[in-house]
Amino acid sequence: MEVPMAFLVAIFFAVSIYLFLSRHIIRILLGAAILSNAVNLLIFTSGRLTREIPPILPAGGATEGIVTANPLPQALILTAIVIAFSFFAFLLVLSYRAYQELGTDDTNEMRFAEPEEQKLPPLGY
Amino acid sequence: MDDYMPSTTLFVLLLPFLAALFAPALTRLFRHNAAWLLAIVPVVIFWHFATFLPEISKGEVVTGGYQWIPAFRVNFSWFVDGLSLTFALLISGIGVLIVLYSGGYLKGHEHLGRFFSFILMFMGSMLGLVVSDSFLMFFVFWELTSITSFLLIGFDHKREASRRAALQALVVTGGGGLFLLAGLLMIWNVTGISEMSLLLRSQGVLADSPFYLAIFVLVLGGAFTKSAQFPLHFWLPNAMEAPTPVSAYLHSATMVKAGVYLLMRLNPVLGDTAAWETVLPVFGGATLIVGTLLAIRQTDLKLMLAYTTVSSLGLLVMLTGFGHPKAVEAAVLYLVAHSMFKGALFMVAGGIDHEAGSRDITKLGGLMSAMPITFAAAFASAFSMAGLPPFFGFLAKEEIYAGLWQPGAWPLLLTLVAIVGNGLMFVIGFAVALKPFLGEKPAGLREAHDGLVLLWLGPAVLAVASLLTAVFSSVTHRLISIPMATAVEGAPVSVYISLIPHIGMALLLSGITIVFGIVAYRNLERLRSAMAATLTAIGWGPDQGFDQFIRGIVRVSFAVTRIVQNGRMETYMKATFVLLIVAILVPMILFDELPAMPQWPQDVSLYELAIMAIAAVGLVAVIFARDRLTAIVSLGIQGFAVALLFMLFGAPDLSFTQFMVETLSVVILALAMTRLRLTPTDHRPIGKRLFDVTISVVGAGAFLLLLLKVIQLPFDLTLPEFFTNYSMSIAYGRNIVNVILVDFRGTDTWGEIAVVMVAGLAILSLIRISTRRPWPSIATNDPNDEERR
Amino acid sequence: MRTLIFRTVAPYLSSLMVLFSVFVLLRGHNEPGGGFIGGLIAASAFAIYGIACGVSPVRRAMYFHPMALSAAGLLMGSVAGLLSIFAGVPFMTGLWVTVPFFTEELKLSTVLLFDIGVYFVVVGAISSIALALEEREVE
Repeated sequence: MEVPMAFLVAIFFAVSIYLFLSRHIIRILLGAAILSNAVNLLIFTSGRLTREIPPILPAGGATEGIVTANPLPQALILTAIVIAFSFFAFLLVLSYRAYQELGTDDTNEMRFAEPEEQKLPPLGY
Repeated sequence: MDDYMPSTTLFVLLLPFLAALFAPALTRLFRHNAAWLLAIVPVVIFWHFATFLPEISKGEVVTGGYQWIPAFRVNFSWFVDGLSLTFALLISGIGVLIVLYSGGYLKGHEHLGRFFSFILMFMGSMLGLVVSDSFLMFFVFWELTSITSFLLIGFDHKREASRRAALQALVVTGGGGLFLLAGLLMIWNVTGISEMSLLLRSQGVLADSPFYLAIFVLVLGGAFTKSAQFPLHFWLPNAMEAPTPVSAYLHSATMVKAGVYLLMRLNPVLGDTAAWETVLPVFGGATLIVGTLLAIRQTDLKLMLAYTTVSSLGLLVMLTGFGHPKAVEAAVLYLVAHSMFKGALFMVAGGIDHEAGSRDITKLGGLMSAMPITFAAAFASAFSMAGLPPFFGFLAKEEIYAGLWQPGAWPLLLTLVAIVGNGLMFVIGFAVALKPFLGEKPAGLREAHDGLVLLWLGPAVLAVASLLTAVFSSVTHRLISIPMATAVEGAPVSVYISLIPHIGMALLLSGITIVFGIVAYRNLERLRSAMAATLTAIGWGPDQGFDQFIRGIVRVSFAVTRIVQNGRMETYMKATFVLLIVAILVPMILFDELPAMPQWPQDVSLYELAIMAIAAVGLVAVIFARDRLTAIVSLGIQGFAVALLFMLFGAPDLSFTQFMVETLSVVILALAMTRLRLTPTDHRPIGKRLFDVTISVVGAGAFLLLLLKVIQLPFDLTLPEFFTNYSMSIAYGRNIVNVILVDFRGTDTWGEIAVVMVAGLAILSLIRISTRRPWPSIATNDPNDEERR
Repeated sequence: MRTLIFRTVAPYLSSLMVLFSVFVLLRGHNEPGGGFIGGLIAASAFAIYGIACGVSPVRRAMYFHPMALSAAGLLMGSVAGLLSIFAGVPFMTGLWVTVPFFTEELKLSTVLLFDIGVYFVVVGAISSIALALEEREVE
C-alpha cells in the first residue's frame, strides 16, 4: 500500500512546488497549505501503513503481540498539523496586510524592503 | 598550593565584574562620590596581590585554578610570577587612582554609573589577562579587553568621531586577537601544552619546531595590533576620543601594555632567535621614531601624549627583542616608570582641560599659580619621562643605554634610535608639563584652580610614587624589578641600578640625550611646522587607509547583496527548490542508493484508490481554478481526502485534527479572501510555465525516489515497540499517540504549544497594527556630512 | 451567512461543540482525542458562533481575552512540567495521584494538567485568530 501512497505524495509535492513558483502571493499561500499536507503524508508513509488498527491498547492491559499502526509518526504529524495551521494563518494575515499596505498581490511589485534602485548604505560610522 | 588562596584569588578576579553590576545603582545613590566606594575594589585587588610579594620575590610562583572543560583539558587556571604580579599591581594600583579621578572628571555626567561599570569591567579583563595560565582563558580575557575598550572609547557615542575611534580600535585589536588565537592553538598543537606555566618550562621546544616562524608571525600579529606598533599604530591616538580617565588608564598600565606583556611572557620560549631579535627591534625602533615625530606635530595635550605612548611602546618592544639581559632589565624598569609618568601626565592634561577648558598648548599658559599641585605633579612626571633624577624614569633611562651599548654596528644603530626617541620624548614631556603653566596667561582662558581632590590626587600620588620607588631603589628591585626581569628573561637576573650615578657610557649617552632634548625644545615651533609640512606632503596614512578599507567592505557587500538578493521572489524560490532537488538526488546517485523498481501491491481496495483519486483531483483543481471560490473548495477537497486517508490507515486522532484544521483553514481563507480582490489567476508566459512545471515534476520525482527508497529499507521496530510496551505500564494511558504527545515527548509538545501561541500573538499584532503609518526614513549618516577630526 | 435558522441554531450548536470538546479532551488518554483535537473543536465552535452572531457576543461569552486563555494554557503546561522538578524527578515526568470520587476512583496527573494546558493554548490562539479576522469583516 505504501507504493501508491508514494505516488500520491509525489503529486502533492508537484502541485505545491508549482504553486510556490508563482508570482501571486495567494497561490504561494495555497502552495504552503498543500506542502504541509505533502510533508505530513511523507512522514506518515515512511512510518509504514497499517490498515484500520489505531494505536490504542485494549482495556485489559495486555500488550504482548499486539500489532497496531505506528504511533510515532502520528504523534509527530499531530503537532505538525496544528503548527502548520498556525503558520498558514500567519502567512494568510501577512499577505492580507501586505496587500492592504502595498496594494498589490504580485511579489515582484512588493519592493519596499528591496527597492529596484537601491542606494549605497551610509559610509560613515 | 593550599585550598584557601585559590578561592580568594578567584573571588578577586571576579570582583571587578561584580562591582560593575552594582556601579550604576551606587552612582545613582551617591553621585560622583560613589568613586570613593568603588575604589575599594581595586584597593582590595592591590592588597590581595601585594600579599604575594614575599613569595614571588623569593622566586616562587603562585598557581591555582579549576577544571573548566575537562574533556578538552581546558582549565580556568591562573599563575602569578614576577611579570604577572608587577602588571597586576600596576593595573590595580593605577586603577584605584583612575576610578577616583573619573569621579572628579565626569562629575555630573548623566552616564557616570555606566562609565564606572565599563572601567571596572575593563580592569577585570586586564587583570584576568595578566594572571591567566591556560591559553583559552588568556585569549578570552584578551578579547574582553578589546570589547570593553570599545565600550570605553565609544563612551561618548553621540559623536561620530568617537564611534569611528571605537570601531577602529575594535577592528584592529580584535582582529589581532584572532591572529593570537591561531598562534596559541598552533603552540597547543605543536607542544601539546595549553598552559603558560608549563610552556615556560619547555624551553627550546618551540624555537626548534618547524612551525616556529608561523607561530612567531601569528603571535606578533596579536601583540603588534594591541601594542600599536607601526604601521598599526593609528588606532591608539584616535582612542583619545574617549574621556581622559580612559586614556590615562589605557595608555599607562593597561590595554596597550597587553601586547608588551604577551611578548615579555613568551620571550623565554619564542625569543633568542634571529627572527625575534631582528623583527622586534626593527618594528619597535620604527615605532619609536614615527611616534615621537608625530607627537612633535601635535598641539593638543592629549594627542601629544598619545603619540609618545606609541613611541614608548616601540621602545619597549625594541628592548624586549634586543636579546641582552640588560635590555630586558631596562624594558622592565621603563615599563614601570612609563606607567607612572604617563598615567600622571594624562590626568594632568585632563585636569587642565577640565579646569581651563582647553587642551591646546598654543592657547594655554600661566596656570602655575592657579593650579600649584597639578603643576608640581606634572613637573615631576615630566622629569621622570625625560629620564632625569631623582625619579624612576632616570633609572630606566640609564639601564636602556647600559643595555643597548654593546659592541657592533646594529646595537650602535639602535642606540642612536633610542637617543633620538628619548630626546624627542624629553621635548614632549616638558612641553606638556611647562607650556600650560608658565608664561603669560592668554586672554579668554577660563579661571582655573586645582579643583576637586579627586582630580589632583591621582597625578600627585603617581609623582610621589615615581620619586619613592627611585629613592628606595633597592626595595623596588628586590620586590618588583628582579622577579619581573627574571620571569621575562627566563633565567635569574640581578638589578643594581640606583640614583647614585656611576660614571660610564650610559651617563654620557644620557647627557647627549639631554643636550639634544634642550636644543629641540627651544626649536619646538620650527620642528612642529616642519613636521606638519612633511605630513601634508605625504598626505596618506594608515588612518585614511582604514576608512578606505571599511568603505571598500561596504561597497563589496553591497554589490554582492545586489546579486544574491535581487528582490524577486521567483528567483529565491527557484534557487531553493533547485538546491533541494540537488541535495536529494546528487547523494542518491553518487552513492548508488536509488530505489529498486517498485512492485504495485495486490491488495489495494477500490475505495482506497477512490479517495486517493479525490485528493489528486482536488490538487489539480487548485491549479486550474479560475475563481477564488473554486480554489478554496478544491483546497478543502484535498484536505478532507487526506483526513480520510489518515482514518483508513489507523490514525483517528490525525483524522479528526485534519478535519478540524481543514474546516478552519477554509473558513479563514474565505474570510480573508472575500475582503480582497486576491484572484488566484496565473499569468505566466508559456516558456516560464514549462520551466516551472519541469522544476515541480523533477522535485516531486526526487521526493518519490526518496520515499520509495525509505519504504524498501528494512523497518526498525524498536521505537514503535517501546511505545506500545510501555505506554500502559509506565504512562497509564491506552491511547499511545496521546501518551507520546503529553508524556514521553512532553517537552517537545510544550515547545510546540509555545509556537502556536507566539503565532497567535504575531497574527494579532499584524492585524492590529495601525494602517498607513508613515515609514521611518533611514537617517543619512555620511561621514562627509559631519565634521570629523 | 446571517440566515435566521443559522443564527438561531448557532448558540446551541456552539455550546454542544464546546461540551463535546471537553469530552474529547478528557477521554484523550485512553481513547482517540486529546488537547489538540479538543482545542480545535472548541475553537471552531467559537468561530461558528462569531460568524453567525458577530464577534462581540463571542467575546462576552468567552469572558477572558482568548490570548489570555492561551497564555494561561502555556502556564499550565509549564507548571505541569515544573512540578516534576519539585518532586525531584526530571522535567516533564508524569506524576499520578488517585483521588476517591464518590464511588469511582479519579486518576489525576500532571499529564492531564499538561493536556488541559495544550487545550487552552490551542483554543485561545486559534479562536483569537478567527475572531480577529471576523472583526475585519464587520468594518
